[in-house]
Amino acid sequence: MKKVFINGCGVISAQNTFDNSKFLEEVITYNDRVIPVINPVYKDYISGGAARRMALGVKMGVVASNIAMKEAQLENVDAIITGTGMGCLIDSEKFLSKLIDNKEEFLTPTSFIQSTHNTVGGQIALGIQCKGYNFTYVHSGASFESALLDAQLQLTLGEEENILVGGVDENAPHTVKIHQLIGFVKEENTDTSSLLESNTSGAIFGEGAGFFMLSTKQQESSYAQVIAVETLNTLSKENLENKIVAFLEENGSNVSEIDAVVLGNNGDVDFDGYYNLLSEGIFANTQQVYYKHLSGEYNTASSFAFWLGGKILKTQSIPEVVKLNQKKTSALKTILLYNQYRGENHSFTLLKQC
Amino acid sequence: MEALKEELKNKIIEQLNLEDVSVDEIADSDPLFGEGLGLDSIDALELIVMLDKDYGIKLSDPKEGKKIFESIETMATYITANSSK
Repeated sequence: MKKVFINGCGVISAQNTFDNSKFLEEVITYNDRVIPVINPVYKDYISGGAARRMALGVKMGVVASNIAMKEAQLENVDAIITGTGMGCLIDSEKFLSKLIDNKEEFLTPTSFIQSTHNTVGGQIALGIQCKGYNFTYVHSGASFESALLDAQLQLTLGEEENILVGGVDENAPHTVKIHQLIGFVKEENTDTSSLLESNTSGAIFGEGAGFFMLSTKQQESSYAQVIAVETLNTLSKENLENKIVAFLEENGSNVSEIDAVVLGNNGDVDFDGYYNLLSEGIFANTQQVYYKHLSGEYNTASSFAFWLGGKILKTQSIPEVVKLNQKKTSALKTILLYNQYRGENHSFTLLKQC
Repeated sequence: MEALKEELKNKIIEQLNLEDVSVDEIADSDPLFGEGLGLDSIDALELIVMLDKDYGIKLSDPKEGKKIFESIETMATYITANSSK
């Protein structure tokens, strides 16, 4: 079985994360219900001709993958695996709105072509002329982890050497409105710096792209080793701790070996109980980290956690802004990521220092 | 005719997302495809839909499009002669 290393990262989020030389040095706080990404200068990466048909999600995905590959010093990859919960929403909404407005006549091709969930993976492949395996997972809150699991299996079995894996989701006005109506988005503007004290239902919605170069060979740019990924569609609070203990045991680890646990708390009073159970239970004496006050909630927000975990292991430091508690750790060797969205699609990811 | 040409330039820029192009940069006789504006086959489909929706012109013979979409000049001439709106 071969090892899997994260050799490059490209993350576009509501923070300045696309510059890999920095690590949350200047944090932006928001007082809102939906937060946008900090955009890099897309024209520095994509020609005007190619970019003119790309909506934000596609641009984010193409640029994030470009940054990850550059950091890993690769110009092409064996496979591209993408996770997206909602796909290319902006073009989907555009196409469907035209369908209604024009009474099913005068339908133009561009937004339809760009509206499919695999547009991001396809555009990345077109850009680098990668003719290898290209797959897109659409598994709600576990979309990124599904892509990650596929990549991990292929790499450990020696089927591929370098796989680009990522998660991407974009906000679009109509979909946000629907999520506001059904109470998935917070009713009032909320200060992101005090997100977990909001004591209200719903989350602050966000968007972003996180792409990673996973390889079987360790190199100077390596962030961490990916040990294991597991996803569970349903899981009760009662079984959560047992499942985590079993997951760690299966992978030769245990709770006391975890130097930091990265939790996906999003300030939703109805569902943060899962995380609270861990932070007050088996991980009460572990350094706890959270991030959705920086990224917002979206189906592939856990790609931000994956970046955060890798960055912590590489730099051996945890920025104060993501610390949920204060525990002294002599070294940061093993990190567990746990995420769920609205009580479903739970995922555990185990990372180790390399 | 001049107003129609201006209108076409604005519509082409907006509908085809030509963010880096301004109306002043498109000459009436510039080729729209190939070396001129660099439009492609997907853009041709967008232009066919635009003719239908905005000017009531249905192109029955796709070969016609090659001549009609040669430039802003040829488009404006064809629309003036055939528009039902």
